[in-house]
Amino acid sequence: MNVGRFGQFGGQYIPETLMPAVIELDRAYTHYKDDLSFKIELKNLYADYAGRPSLLTYAEKMTANLGGAKIYLKREDMNHTGSHKINNVLGQCLLAKKMGKKRVIAETGAGQHGVATATAAALMGLECEIFMGKVDCDRQALNVYRMHLLGAKVHPVTSGTMTLKDAVNETMREWTTRIDDTHYVLGSVMGPHPFPTMVRDFQKIIGEEVREQMMKKEGKLPDYLLACVGGGSNAMGLFYDFLDESSVTLIGIEAAGKGIETNEHAATIATGTIGIFHGMKSLFCQNADGQINEVYSISAGLDYPGIGPEHADLSQRGRASYVSITDEEAVSAFEYLACMEGIIPAIESAHAIAYARKLAPKLSKDKVIVINLSGRGDKDVSAIARYKGEVLYE
Amino acid sequence: MSSRIDSAFSRGKAFIPFITCGDPDLDTTKKLVLAMAASGADLIELGIPFSDPIAEGVVIQQADQRALHANTTLAKIFTMVKEIRKETSIPLVFMTYINPIFTYGKEKFLHTCHQTGIDGIIVPDLPFEEQEEILPLCKHYDINLISMIAPTSKQRTTLVAEQSNGFLYCVSSLGVTGMRNTIDDSVQDMVSVAKQVTTTPCCIGFGISNEEQASHFAQFADGIIVGSAIVRMIGEYGRNSIEPVSQFVRSMKKAANHV
Repeated sequence: MNVGRFGQFGGQYIPETLMPAVIELDRAYTHYKDDLSFKIELKNLYADYAGRPSLLTYAEKMTANLGGAKIYLKREDMNHTGSHKINNVLGQCLLAKKMGKKRVIAETGAGQHGVATATAAALMGLECEIFMGKVDCDRQALNVYRMHLLGAKVHPVTSGTMTLKDAVNETMREWTTRIDDTHYVLGSVMGPHPFPTMVRDFQKIIGEEVREQMMKKEGKLPDYLLACVGGGSNAMGLFYDFLDESSVTLIGIEAAGKGIETNEHAATIATGTIGIFHGMKSLFCQNADGQINEVYSISAGLDYPGIGPEHADLSQRGRASYVSITDEEAVSAFEYLACMEGIIPAIESAHAIAYARKLAPKLSKDKVIVINLSGRGDKDVSAIARYKGEVLYE
Repeated sequence: MSSRIDSAFSRGKAFIPFITCGDPDLDTTKKLVLAMAASGADLIELGIPFSDPIAEGVVIQQADQRALHANTTLAKIFTMVKEIRKETSIPLVFMTYINPIFTYGKEKFLHTCHQTGIDGIIVPDLPFEEQEEILPLCKHYDINLISMIAPTSKQRTTLVAEQSNGFLYCVSSLGVTGMRNTIDDSVQDMVSVAKQVTTTPCCIGFGISNEEQASHFAQFADGIIVGSAIVRMIGEYGRNSIEPVSQFVRSMKKAANHV
């Protein structure tokens, strides 16, 4: 009872068929998270395979250009597979191996988590099947091919809206057919307990590194932490180590799509209400009858109608605040960072950059902002070209 | 405890059909309920359509989509139930995901269930560990919260069965709802484990679609639940599904009782 709660949020709202699987997972995770050899193995994978620690880059030109707070970028884009997703999949696939699982399944939106899961599965010799909305498969054909190259099987999902939410539905359905030898590698800090806690723990290294790097570079803690939020894993990874540091302001940036006053956005905290879906009590974009809304963002990684339960709690307690950024502002920030710092950010991360452009000029020069650059933008180049009215063939 | 649900098990092996409310429209749903009641159904499961039914196979997913496209809402469903209650006393049980209950308002939902004549609810994404979410309100409004056990439950079977009321929904197979050609007999063991600790009637569902399966699984259980096979007929015949569905219900009730 009341397992895995963050205030009133969280829980395990899933079919009975899956309960034994999450109970088994919770037991295994509780054991291995404190197991020295597991911790060393994971640390070695982070260092020798993923390329950790990731850099903390001082954005000197951006700082000068905005004329306010000092800006640092946490370079999760430099990780193997190009985003923070690798931190979580290495942890979960290693755990799956320890649990004796032979096969992993996962949902993916844009394909980043799918590619990361396929990568870790290839490395560890696990069978891998990825569920991806048909609409997303068409939009991100290159990532589908990447997953094939990595030996994974990709199932296009044709139910519902054929996007991320439906990919999660279908992966859960698949899990109910086979739990004995299969682990579901959930991609964000969401779903039934223990996923929100476990995924956060596999991502918290981001914030731990930031603390150490910041002490070396500035001799103090940062004043502001900024991260984009879809399900919320890169943000939880950055925030977690600083939750008890009251001097550190935490800001999550949601996707406002075409504007939160329209029906085409994915700003869950700004517009959502409390509900119970995908295994968790949290905030969701839904109607008065509890039907989950179709959401929209230019960024497939933020295009999700819910948010992880720990974020819902941080928001409700006022420990973190959440703002939203439109497609237009994100695309502008995407181009801005490319020219300003020579870094092409993922369109998801560009939402955080866009908010920093608003915030930094209002702050004094002795303040420090750290932005989680959660992924690199190579995957987005052709979509941004299309947004700008150009047609690119990859 | 609800006496109407108990009455479902007073005429031999119970036959429990499932249909989705509002597929293709609520008027047809009402006609189907009355026709099935007249054709030998002992209890009827009414599915509340949901945008993301994670425990359903493709047949019921599509029914939910059809119902939602027809603008089926909870308010309209409750109005229909009230109308149905004027004409039949057959036990009615909602099958709904937890989010519609929660978002509509738990208390308002269960109070309205009580007022309109709903006898129980089945909530596939509310496992035993989370039942506290609504169990006190269910008790208060005398609505049976029907528990489910699955092939993976193993030692949990006893835990869930001990606390069950109304009837115990025994999930025959792994995976989601939908018709299956072969169903494992392991459900027989599940039922006998449950029966050691409870007198609550045990009903088998998931995958059963024909007379042969109905008569086979009725040997091990107190009732048989059939959803997708009926929902597929409704998908095919729409408003003209009353007669074929009634005929199917009659034959399945007979098959379950070997007559």
